Amino acid sequence: MTTATAPPPASTTEGPAREGLGARIVGVLTKAPLQVVLIIIALIWLVPTIGLFMTSLLSAEDAGSNGWWRIFSEPSLATFDNYQSIFENDDITSSLWTTLIIAVGGTVLPIFVGALAAYAFAWLEFPGRDWVFIAVIALLVVPVQMALIPMFSLYNDLGIFDTSLSLILFHTAFGLPFAIFLLRNFFIGIPRELLEAARLDGASEWRIFMRVVLPLGLPAIAALAVFQFIWTWNDLIVALTLARDTQPITVAIFSQLRQFGSNIDLIAPASFVSMAIPLVLFFAFQRYFVQGLLAGAVK
Amino acid sequence: MATGAPAADLPPAPRPEGPARTRGDRLRPLATALAFLAPAIVLLGVWIVYPTVWTIIRSFFDRAGDAFVGWDNYKEIFENDALLKSVENNLIWVAIVPALVTALGLIFAVLTERIAWGTGFKLVVFMPIAISLFAAGISWRIMLDIDPERGAVNAAIGQVADAINEPGPLTGAKPSGAEVVQSGGAIALKDPVQPGQTALLGLTAIRATEVPDDARQAGRPRALPDGITGVVWRDFKPGGGKPGVVERGETGLPGVTVELRTPEGDSRSVKTADDGTFAFEDLPPGDYRLGIGSSTFQQGFDGVSWLGSSLVVISCIIAYVWVWAGFAMVVIAAGLAALPRDLLEAARTDGANEWQVFRRITVPLLAPVLTVVFITMLINVLKVFDIVLAVAPASVQDDAAVIALSMWRVAFTGQGDFGLGSAIAVLLFVLVVPVLVLNIRRFRREV
Repeated sequence: MTTATAPPPASTTEGPAREGLGARIVGVLTKAPLQVVLIIIALIWLVPTIGLFMTSLLSAEDAGSNGWWRIFSEPSLATFDNYQSIFENDDITSSLWTTLIIAVGGTVLPIFVGALAAYAFAWLEFPGRDWVFIAVIALLVVPVQMALIPMFSLYNDLGIFDTSLSLILFHTAFGLPFAIFLLRNFFIGIPRELLEAARLDGASEWRIFMRVVLPLGLPAIAALAVFQFIWTWNDLIVALTLARDTQPITVAIFSQLRQFGSNIDLIAPASFVSMAIPLVLFFAFQRYFVQGLLAGAVK
Repeated sequence: MATGAPAADLPPAPRPEGPARTRGDRLRPLATALAFLAPAIVLLGVWIVYPTVWTIIRSFFDRAGDAFVGWDNYKEIFENDALLKSVENNLIWVAIVPALVTALGLIFAVLTERIAWGTGFKLVVFMPIAISLFAAGISWRIMLDIDPERGAVNAAIGQVADAINEPGPLTGAKPSGAEVVQSGGAIALKDPVQPGQTALLGLTAIRATEVPDDARQAGRPRALPDGITGVVWRDFKPGGGKPGVVERGETGLPGVTVELRTPEGDSRSVKTADDGTFAFEDLPPGDYRLGIGSSTFQQGFDGVSWLGSSLVVISCIIAYVWVWAGFAMVVIAAGLAALPRDLLEAARTDGANEWQVFRRITVPLLAPVLTVVFITMLINVLKVFDIVLAVAPASVQDDAAVIALSMWRVAFTGQGDFGLGSAIAVLLFVLVVPVLVLNIRRFRREV
């Protein structure tokens, strides 16, 4: 600092200034190994994703005989043909649509239903309120495996097996405990005076919920939305179990896995596309994502 | 907030007079609360509570659900080898992953705290949490391919391994003909030779790619009175040929180092010519040993079988840790940021070094956060499913199976055994119940 601000001739400050510079150089040098280690770790963490992307640029034949890193020395190996063919592949495009529908439905519904319940737990008086809340939170730990077999049977009996709606409802229910927990804790922080004022003005609870609580709860809702969307988008086990032809992208890729080697020109680009949307959301809204994660490091 | 206007179009119900008022007033809030709670209660009831009860009951019935079988399904979990294997595998996961992820998260969080680009580092390490475990598994399956030409991990290991143990020019060669034998890694003449004799070192099973471009038709060595001559050649031609005989169409192997041990125990070596011939001259009479050293046949690194039955569990764990370390790091970094700075500074001015500060102050203060991360990972690991399905090839899925995967396979593939599947699901549930109790305690403190 002093070296930058003090003019050169200031002889009295020369000593301390030089020391400061020296200390800084020492500081950088002692930090250098740490920096190198961190760079290596960061590279290791990047390699699998880069490798998947580079593999997706190789033809099936090239991918069979070359590592993806060959592209660095032979850029002509890279081609977007695989992407062109997966976007012309009806199975893949329709599975992307299915994924989107399930993820949007599986995000909007639990947030809305969860917000309603969270408002009741935060601001409405009823007997046993806190106990019911704890019971709802307790459901957080029930693994989806507990519901797979009965819902499989129930969906078949009701004739709603293999529909997007039945998958959305499943994700909604299993997203609810977390949504209610997160939103209730956020709603409880809304200043009481705001709600009292609205009540005194004669607004109904419904109107207060829609006009006051939801707008004020937006930060928490955004955090939850990013979290829940990515969660639902990435699901494999629910769709794999409760649907046959209603395939989200993860299931569509799964059905190709048996021919892993020969289908790599489909598996790699489709996997990368399936990662692209969560990654875009993640980078765009990472603050919200981290908030959601920190709020309930439980899920 | 437009609270004035709405009051006009929705006038509050006039309060009824008399005793009826108190009763209505007491019931109305309850009805309102119920209206707000109803959708959630229906969803939770139908999709979580009802199935949980149903699964517990179902786990005591047989495959078809007709006959009550008591604890038989639960016994089956621990008597069936495949299922027992998946329980054991899950124990390996539980033993390794929560501790490893928490430790990595702590290390990363502390290391990046005072680095200028710490945020960038965190973003990179945190990123895998956004992608599906399934896609992450596929990325790692590509990384872990056994062939060093395709799998990046084996390619990296191969670079190091081949630098230490340089592969020879003829990796797969075998001796050909009765005169030549393999001993250790080397290939040598069975009997000693004397000066004036010729030696035929025939080799087979040589890969076409390993035959040098300048190789020519194998030469017939000419005997020298005071020397040993010979030929090293590929004792194979289309159609086979006769072992131990140099024939037309068989190529010599140039550049191979032939070693000679003298009767005194000294050794000399010479390289073969383009036609595979070699000669040792000026040799006093005696019994000499002749052969080709093991370094010529040194195998190159041919890849660790990451996706084979013995390592596949570790491979799945590697992929899983790659995904979750960032989660631990971010949660722990948030805890780290909330630590009282002055306490740490006070310790430093008192002369504590960084390690002491870390060990005696940072870690104890972070203990609650570390516990949350550890327990979260414990639950996650018990339920691990997708990544095993993606990383483990179908042929080794029995070796890689975990509880959740077994549950799915038992119930929904092949066997279709809902009784046993339910029992496995209940086992999974029971394993997370202690965590549930812990969590409820925590929430009650917060409520």
